[in-house]
Amino acid sequence: MAATAAEVWTWLDAVPDPEIPVISVVDLGIVRDVAWVPGDGGNTLKVTITPTYSGCPASRVIERDIEAALREHGVERVALDVRLAPPWTTDWLSLAGRQKLRAYGIAPPERAAAVACPRCASFDVETISWFGSTPCKALYRCKACREPFDHFKCH
Amino acid sequence: MSAPAERARVEFLLRMGDNALVLGQRVAAWTGHAPVVEEDLALSNVALDLVGQARLWLAYAGECEGLGRDEDRLAFFRDANEYRNVLLVERPNGNYADTMGRQFLFDAWHVELLRALAASRDERISAIAQKAEREVTYHLRRSGDWVIRLGDGTEQSHALMQAAVDDLWPYTGELFRSDEVERELAARGEGCELEGLHDAWSARVAAVLAEATLVRPKDGWMHAGGRRGRHSEHLSYLLAEMQSVPRAIPAERW
Repeated sequence: MAATAAEVWTWLDAVPDPEIPVISVVDLGIVRDVAWVPGDGGNTLKVTITPTYSGCPASRVIERDIEAALREHGVERVALDVRLAPPWTTDWLSLAGRQKLRAYGIAPPERAAAVACPRCASFDVETISWFGSTPCKALYRCKACREPFDHFKCH
Repeated sequence: MSAPAERARVEFLLRMGDNALVLGQRVAAWTGHAPVVEEDLALSNVALDLVGQARLWLAYAGECEGLGRDEDRLAFFRDANEYRNVLLVERPNGNYADTMGRQFLFDAWHVELLRALAASRDERISAIAQKAEREVTYHLRRSGDWVIRLGDGTEQSHALMQAAVDDLWPYTGELFRSDEVERELAARGEGCELEGLHDAWSARVAAVLAEATLVRPKDGWMHAGGRRGRHSEHLSYLLAEMQSVPRAIPAERW
């Protein structure tokens, strides 16, 4: 009995992002579609993913982790479809993902609002560097509590 | 599709890929050498984006070419005269003003080109351009900031930034001169003519230079030829370093 798409989504939601392990690849918004495709000798599970940044070193690891997780759940035929368009955007980050980021000390992307310190919630912050420890983050400092923090930048 | 049309597309994709790859390699050389750790991270990330974009363009070039060359084969086993990048991106890193000036002049052009290509009738070209455009918009914000910071900085940083812009300016003409490759792609709605990008580029560059208290150099004689494989000697050294390992052990996979 093949797993339903909903079950597969739950499994994928347990696959952590290799760089920011508190959020899953589903939270991150890179899993776009899950579907069974009929073929000779059985159905293939097609998982469509959209990479974050073109040169993100984690992309390959993510693909491997997704495949490994599905095999662990007994899916024998997996096909990963890497789709570029529409391009990934931080708008696809789930609400749960945003909350997990904040709790982890990373200010989540805010398109409309100002960046707030994830530690003390102050808006009195300054940019230290446009780029942080991974392609998706920028480095900030809170002027209220003096702590530096990562900001998951809007993309 | 006719053979000449297909050749034009391969040629165009090589140009896109080689621009990103050569500049990515140049910028990556700063890793471990940048003046402060934040700049080290920033430059490494910009380089990563560019190399990632190069991979997307070159993989597609290899597929269209149909000779079984993948992106690694194209990157590591072509010589300088087979490279199709503009001369601007192979300019040496020099000092920080040289690196940031080169980045800014290129980013300001790159972003306009990618915006135009996002409307390409070729789905793959459009997808890569849409993805890269977001990344390059971010690069441009940063490189423009640096030009302003150095230009409107100390006496010394101002002098170095002006010298960098003066030195790089003769390499910007090539960015806006279409040949039969761009014209062929534009005619089929897959690409665009480069002349059309000039006004937007020029306006942005003028605004940043003005804010940086720098003088916009006069348009004089311009270098050209990179997109047709005629390069400065600098490219050969860059490729020698970049290609040495795969060429030493060509059967290795990693």
